Amino acid sequence: MTEHAAPSKLIKGATGDWEVVIGMEIHAQVTSRAKLFSGASAEFGGEPNDHVSIVDAAMPGMLPVINEECVAQAVRTGLGLEAKINLRSVFDRKNYFYPDLPQGYQISQYKHPIVGEGEVIVDVSPTERIKVGVERLHLEQDAGKSLHELSATESHVDLNRSGVALMEIVSKPDMRSAEEARAYVSKLRTILRYIGSCDGNMEQGSLRADVNVSVRRPGEPLGTRCEIKNVNSIRFIGQAIEVEARRQIAILEDGGVIAQETRLFDPGKGETRSLRSKEEAHDYRYFPDPDLLPLEFDQAYVDALARELPELPDAKRARFIEQYGLPPYDAGVLVMERASADYFEDMIKDGANPKAAANWLINEYFGRLNKEGLTINTGPISAQANSSIVQMITSNEISGKIAKDLIEIVWSQPGDPREIVEARGMKQVTDTGEIEAAVDAVISANPDKVAQALAKPTMLGWFVGQVMKTTGGKANPQTVNELLKKKLGI
Amino acid sequence: MTEPTHLTLSQARDALKARTLSSTELTQAHIDAIDRAGALNCFITKTPELALDCAKESDARIARGAAGPLEGLPLGIKDLYCTKGVRTTAASRILDDFTPTYESTVSANLWRDGALMLGKLNLDEFAMGSSNETSAFGPVVSPWRRKGANGIDDAKIVPGGSSGGSSAAVAAHLCLGATATDTGGSIRQPAAFTGTVGVKPTYGRCSRWGVVAFASSLDQAGPITRTVRDAAIMLRSMAGHDPKDTTSVDAPVPDYEAAIGASVKGRRIGVPKEYRLEGLSPEIAALWDQGVAWLKDAGAEIVEISLPHTRHALPAYYIIAPAEASSNLARYDGVRYGLREKGRDITDMYEKTRAKGFGAEVRRRVMIGTYVLSAGYYDAYYVRAQKIRSLIKRDFDLAFAGGVDAVLTPATPSPAFALGEKGSSDPVEMYLNDVFTVTVNMAGLPGLALPAGLSGNGLPLALQLIGRPFEEETLFALAAALEQAAPKIKLPAAWWS
Repeated sequence: MTEHAAPSKLIKGATGDWEVVIGMEIHAQVTSRAKLFSGASAEFGGEPNDHVSIVDAAMPGMLPVINEECVAQAVRTGLGLEAKINLRSVFDRKNYFYPDLPQGYQISQYKHPIVGEGEVIVDVSPTERIKVGVERLHLEQDAGKSLHELSATESHVDLNRSGVALMEIVSKPDMRSAEEARAYVSKLRTILRYIGSCDGNMEQGSLRADVNVSVRRPGEPLGTRCEIKNVNSIRFIGQAIEVEARRQIAILEDGGVIAQETRLFDPGKGETRSLRSKEEAHDYRYFPDPDLLPLEFDQAYVDALARELPELPDAKRARFIEQYGLPPYDAGVLVMERASADYFEDMIKDGANPKAAANWLINEYFGRLNKEGLTINTGPISAQANSSIVQMITSNEISGKIAKDLIEIVWSQPGDPREIVEARGMKQVTDTGEIEAAVDAVISANPDKVAQALAKPTMLGWFVGQVMKTTGGKANPQTVNELLKKKLGI
Repeated sequence: MTEPTHLTLSQARDALKARTLSSTELTQAHIDAIDRAGALNCFITKTPELALDCAKESDARIARGAAGPLEGLPLGIKDLYCTKGVRTTAASRILDDFTPTYESTVSANLWRDGALMLGKLNLDEFAMGSSNETSAFGPVVSPWRRKGANGIDDAKIVPGGSSGGSSAAVAAHLCLGATATDTGGSIRQPAAFTGTVGVKPTYGRCSRWGVVAFASSLDQAGPITRTVRDAAIMLRSMAGHDPKDTTSVDAPVPDYEAAIGASVKGRRIGVPKEYRLEGLSPEIAALWDQGVAWLKDAGAEIVEISLPHTRHALPAYYIIAPAEASSNLARYDGVRYGLREKGRDITDMYEKTRAKGFGAEVRRRVMIGTYVLSAGYYDAYYVRAQKIRSLIKRDFDLAFAGGVDAVLTPATPSPAFALGEKGSSDPVEMYLNDVFTVTVNMAGLPGLALPAGLSGNGLPLALQLIGRPFEEETLFALAAALEQAAPKIKLPAAWWS
């Protein structure tokens, strides 16, 4: 772990360099059918107040009962973060009044969280990996939603999300740039999705970040931090950090002091603004929830969950490097989504060369999907079809150029690529006789160019182009090259 | 034939079984008695039509031999229990005309066994009080009267609290038995004040689901009846594991009635020296000694025990209970149900609603609770109170480990008092009523109060038995022996009807 940022990450101010220090609290909605303490559906959407039980609405005499699936998801996530699993944890009440908080308190875990310290390995760039420490992970209830736009004089409350289980994952202040922070969230999301404990969908609010930002001169103690609440996209997290760091630096360079406060990021204006100061902060009067016994389980329970965990991204990446000889960067890209990694391995199983398959996916197919706003799961081409294309490239049956044409065909009319190549005569011509005839024809038709080429060997490219044209792009370029060199004597 | 309202619950049960009385007759007799007892103000909501409908169904079930253990028996339900389709108030203005769409587990258990409801009983607001004077629906008046210098005076006597409606209604024969709840003594103290039997079961014995919460770690449901046997019969139906209450315990419910009449020979009874408070009234001290003597006569062995942390129990209780209450009552905010007072903005609405909706005692406890949980005070108050609570529990654990089967103490430090006589200038004066009962809630143990005599001014006095966790049967056996030995106390003639 780098205690201090590399010089390249420092921010230049008017009076010298500044280092930004970032820590994050990520709220990840637990994937489960029911809410944390009631049997109501935890599904996204629905008409307002469709998914509300009498427990969620905090009717008199209602009691919470822990949803064991949410506990299992928190433990799985803790294991995925290489973190300490606490066999005994305690639910506390965080007391405050708000219309979308029916109980008048949020059930959370304050002093004794279900998961303790862990760490996340983050790939910041193809060449840079950092470790970000995890302070803790705890389970808590989500709040409902206040709706202010339905009436000019009244607000309405939608309790569909009230009581849905969240995991709050608190990092250590280990990040030193907006780029590192973005990469951390991205990696955390990958891990959560692998485990299946959170869908990571930031647009629907399944993953939200509170970002703590402070600045200091390199080597000095930590500065006063501001918390930027509820940032809901990775891009905005980066932007919020950049503008907040700049704001703090400007204040400090003007001789001012940073007030510890909670701020909001306004992506439209590209600025953060104050929500409440430290003095206005709530006194939450935490105390253990007397309706719930301490949450206790044994190591055997944890071990059983650990055995069922899927291979996680770091292990998969290492295996891809080791087993398939992939460059670390390629392996990293492939494991970002579990579905992509699985797709890649399906191609290998189908007989594709690993390096060629990785290359094809990263440089061709993923780009094509991105352009159409599709994912590996929603894209039209099967792993087997892509594998066939890669195999034909590797065996020189089709050229790279033909492959690009082929993917367009398969994209719009799904079918067996081998049959399409066969039916449309797209096979690369490797028959020397046929190519030789084409070469001979081009040479004899262009005696002036031949003379030029003898004086200037770079003219060879022009001849290659002509031959490819007459063969409809199907001639093996290497064979064409070799034959031309021989025939022209250059 | 005896007037139906003068039957005990077990006698009524037997009469219905023998078909010498119908549930409809029995129920109608109680409805009439209730209608005549308006002066006692026991009921917040009466449900006579519902009761008669249920009685008819019970009579049909009895006729076809499908009767449950409590078939056709009319009961009163403390208005802290949510009852489906019947207004539930907690004796507070803040719930307004809140009508639950659900039935509390304990009352549902009673209906499952064939019992029926006469109405919802008055109580101290949110069960906070020891005299039933904090109810938004007016105080309950005890059917008892005390002797003054010139014979019986007409001062209105409190029925105890918070289950004052339950204790007064049972004492006045307005129902065969009633549900109640006990957070610091709210079953046992009103039972003691009215000459009835009250049982606070072990924490976790009865489900809290659907009972309006006061202090979750202390609240427990239980019965108030006129005899020990009746309490045993009712508790058997009320108790049981409920998956909807994580703190309810999954242990079989014994046939408590079978313990009535069981020998208490050789039982070791602890008498805690710390309960002999300085200034304890000689009358109460004598009653206690008498109780010891009765148990000794019945063959029990008496041992002096020490519960050294007793004197800290009351202050610690008055930190923990308000702390939990301040949080439990946060849901009454005017947003989703109950009273809402218009305000300039959301904060103003909260403040106006809660100021109008809560009475003085509730507001006091919410403020105490908020204070003891706030930053900077939490460790000094709440954490220390929890430590004391552990020590109190340890005191009892050690006594039980030393071979004691149950503990005998007075139930209250004094007999009932008149309305307005206590606590108006100093709330602590009222809190002192709970001095013998709070320890039992703090330790999560079962406790039972039963009448054992009359005070000099003619009001009931009671003893308390405290048992090991989940050994309510022992309490019933000992209480039955005491009941057998004690003189029958007689309620004055029905001055209220």
